[in-house]
Amino acid sequence: MQQELVDKIKNDPKYQALVSKRSRFAWILSIIMLVIYYTFIMVIAFSPQTFAAKIAEGSVITIGIPIGILIIVSAFILTGIYVWRANGEFDNLIHQIKEGIK
Amino acid sequence: MSRNFLIWGAFATLFAATGVFATGGALDGAIEKQSLNVAAIVMFLLFVAATLAITYWAAQRTKTAKDFYTAGGGITGLQNGLAISGDYMSAASFLGISALVYRSGYDGLIYSIGFLVGWPIILFLIAERLRNLGKYTFADVASYRLAQTPIRTLSAFGALATVILYLIAQMVGAGQLIQLLFGLPYWMAVVIVGVLMILYVTFGGMLATTWVQIIKAVLLLSGATFIAFGVLYSFDFSFEKMFTEAINTTRDAKGMMSGEVIMAPGGLVNNWFDAISLGIALMFGTAGLPHILMRFFTVADAKEARKSVFFATGFIGYFYILTFIIGFGAIVLISKNPEYLTAEGGLLGGNNMAAIHLSHAIGGNIFLGFISAVAFATILAVVSGLTLAGASAVSHDLYANVFKRGEVNEAQEMKISKIATVCLGVIAIGLGIAFEKQNIAFMVGLAFAIAASANFPVLFLSMYWSKLTTRGAFIGGGLGLLTAIVLVVIGPTVWVAILGNEEPIFGSKYPALISVTTAFVGIWFFSIIDNSKRAQIDRAAFEAQDIRCQTGIGAEGAVTH
Repeated sequence: MQQELVDKIKNDPKYQALVSKRSRFAWILSIIMLVIYYTFIMVIAFSPQTFAAKIAEGSVITIGIPIGILIIVSAFILTGIYVWRANGEFDNLIHQIKEGIK
Repeated sequence: MSRNFLIWGAFATLFAATGVFATGGALDGAIEKQSLNVAAIVMFLLFVAATLAITYWAAQRTKTAKDFYTAGGGITGLQNGLAISGDYMSAASFLGISALVYRSGYDGLIYSIGFLVGWPIILFLIAERLRNLGKYTFADVASYRLAQTPIRTLSAFGALATVILYLIAQMVGAGQLIQLLFGLPYWMAVVIVGVLMILYVTFGGMLATTWVQIIKAVLLLSGATFIAFGVLYSFDFSFEKMFTEAINTTRDAKGMMSGEVIMAPGGLVNNWFDAISLGIALMFGTAGLPHILMRFFTVADAKEARKSVFFATGFIGYFYILTFIIGFGAIVLISKNPEYLTAEGGLLGGNNMAAIHLSHAIGGNIFLGFISAVAFATILAVVSGLTLAGASAVSHDLYANVFKRGEVNEAQEMKISKIATVCLGVIAIGLGIAFEKQNIAFMVGLAFAIAASANFPVLFLSMYWSKLTTRGAFIGGGLGLLTAIVLVVIGPTVWVAILGNEEPIFGSKYPALISVTTAFVGIWFFSIIDNSKRAQIDRAAFEAQDIRCQTGIGAEGAVTH
């Protein structure tokens, strides 16, 4: 890529908007996933009995089971949220940036 | 010409396989192998015939290096998502995780979750950048603005080390499993897997490998769904009933947990170091596996790359939920049935057979045959993906870009990649046979540790940190690699379990926290003190790289056929 083109794209406000919006979004989602996972694994390391509590009186199911399943589901939902916004909003911005340099 | 070779090779393998199956059971079925399973063999032969037909079809479409390495870049997001989940749901994770649930209940879920949560992170931080920058291998990305020779050499070495460790683990697992399921001698099973994998990869390249993965993923997901459905059916679709009966199943065989403890975390992770370190190994290790990273170059653009991870996360997550149900179902349905037990009360063929025996308990001989064939197919698909990644590291990174400094024609590079595939296949067969009786439990852990400590940090910082230099990446990545290997060797899995010492020098099975930190700190330190001429080139090139990374302007497109 020539320096001229690099400077042109770099100074394009749409490019700057894309970079800041997307990196903020990607890092926020990553941190949410990391916090969920590390909270889970730290509870297991320090206080495994927390997850042994029953979900209801008279039930044998412990709260650890629905929590575990929810973490799996949350991973899927978080990827869905990212793909939805990136394939719409972010790809539109990229398309406009590409049009701008033609 | 090569097409004729493929046809003859395919016929010869099918013929040999049939012959081997016909005699295998009679030879020494007496030891601890199952008797010859006809349904399993018929279904496996069908799978082999179908995949060889696909290889023939793919061979006609594999003409250029781009076809060979990335299937021309024309795989869709859904197809790639299935293929990624096919790569990730190995026989080890299907049989291993359901066995872990069978043995200790809840702990199996902890493991699955660790394996899954790396995927969202890969999507958010790596997938589209990788697609926008890379061509055939992850070393393309890592060395994009750095000096080719040192960084490609380091990345190719990291890729080969990961691939070979993983391959050995798969081959030994394949041999033992097939010996049990099909009544075949160990060495023959290893040879069949090796030969088929060489055929798929050399002739069909990435296109055939992708379709083998897709078919296998669909078969495995359907089979596991059927077992889980059968389990739930036998408890009238009540989880309460299933868990209650599992708790009430008392088992006294060695290592088995019973009673209420199976419903809560047991001893898998019991200190903060292991908890963090295991998490890092699984997360960053997944993001550093060469055969997984390579899959992102098979799609047309960043949009499809994102979709692939979305679908893959869904399939893998669903699969892990199934393994949890399968493990609990097995506790109730097979751990008291003498048909599946040894005299001591353990499972026939070992703990990893829980899902296999359960398939028999639920669907009889025919379904057992189906699941056995799926397990075999799973191994074939995973080793093919691994071999292709290893061969690309040899031909594209080491030969074309290091040895020939990029001055190479495509035909020559393709030839080298095919030779490399055959060599890797032969090495895998040889090591698979050599390690038959060895304890290989440490190998997958070591592969993940190397991927997390050597491949991932260099790849990640090359995309994110403008001040990274060649020297920093090379020294830091090398330190990460060394630390991972040394800590595994002096840890419990090698120092105690294999070398027979009383106490490990390094107390944890999970070195990633230390080795990954070493790599990142090493890369940072040796980059900031680097004032060489090369360092200026490396830093100056970041801006242009970052724009391509962010927008895909100038990225490799797809080829249509």
